[in-house]
Amino acid sequence: MRILLNGEPAETADGATVETLLQQLGISRERVAVELNADIVPKAGYEKELLSDGDKIEIVHFVGGG
Amino acid sequence: MAETADKLIIGGREFTSRLMVGTGKYASFEQTARALEISGAEIITVAVRRVNLDRSKESLLDYIDPKKYTLLPNTAGCYTADDAVRTCRLAREAGMSDFVKLEVLGDEKTLFPDNEELLKAAKILVADGFTVLPYCSDDVIVCKKLEDIGCAAVMPLGAPIGSGLGIRNPYNIRIILENVSVPVIVDAGVGSASDAAIAMELGCAGVLMNTAIAGAQDPIAMAEAMKLAVIAGRLSFKAGRIPRKLYANASSPLDGLIG
Repeated sequence: MRILLNGEPAETADGATVETLLQQLGISRERVAVELNADIVPKAGYEKELLSDGDKIEIVHFVGGG
Repeated sequence: MAETADKLIIGGREFTSRLMVGTGKYASFEQTARALEISGAEIITVAVRRVNLDRSKESLLDYIDPKKYTLLPNTAGCYTADDAVRTCRLAREAGMSDFVKLEVLGDEKTLFPDNEELLKAAKILVADGFTVLPYCSDDVIVCKKLEDIGCAAVMPLGAPIGSGLGIRNPYNIRIILENVSVPVIVDAGVGSASDAAIAMELGCAGVLMNTAIAGAQDPIAMAEAMKLAVIAGRLSFKAGRIPRKLYANASSPLDGLIG
């Protein structure tokens, strides 16, 4: 299915969850926050949260800043 | 003065260092880590941004231990209360802490705060359980409103962000200090160690800076200079300076002069 990942079109498998998407991207869940269609997904919900075609996903982390 | 007797308390947490340091603009992550170490800072600011999906990119947190520092995520780049609140909620989820440096900017050229949006965001965040440290104008009215809302500190600017112009209006900072009870932290504008010392001598609880260290020709040396300046300024404030007088007052006794 097609999703919008950090503003860019991306492909992920049908039945993907937030957890499997992070694994696919090689991103450690500990240091990120995830928004699904503008709602934060709590870390405890990563395995349960199924993605749907057209979902908008934001994955953010901390970078250097003042 | 015993160091232990002069702790900085923000949001119920105790800190020994009164210097807060940003993590942006360094030449490398190694340099960031070294400057932070030398500065003695316990609170460090970070920004919240999209993950770079190119896995080869390293991350700031590969170089600094989040257990060693209190991470203070900022809302830099936010121009509305909604964006700032959204960023804070993401930061809390990513960092598992409720400390946030709230900034809501009004203008790209000055990076001055938009006070109306700042107050709006602060209200929402305090109600949502955040420990809010707002970057704000050096305006006592705004600072009092932020305190009334329940912010854990107020962080008036000394001068525009990254300008290095120093504490442009020390009298405004003094007025703020006399009228709010939460810690007053000068955030933005510091260019050199003497600027940091001036902020501390005014009685500020702390100083937050990024560019002054990261942009110095030798950031590691400047980190140490800032550490010492903040300590010296604090000691000087606590010691109580002499009054300013227009004319001389001899230090050596007048009695017993020869001749």
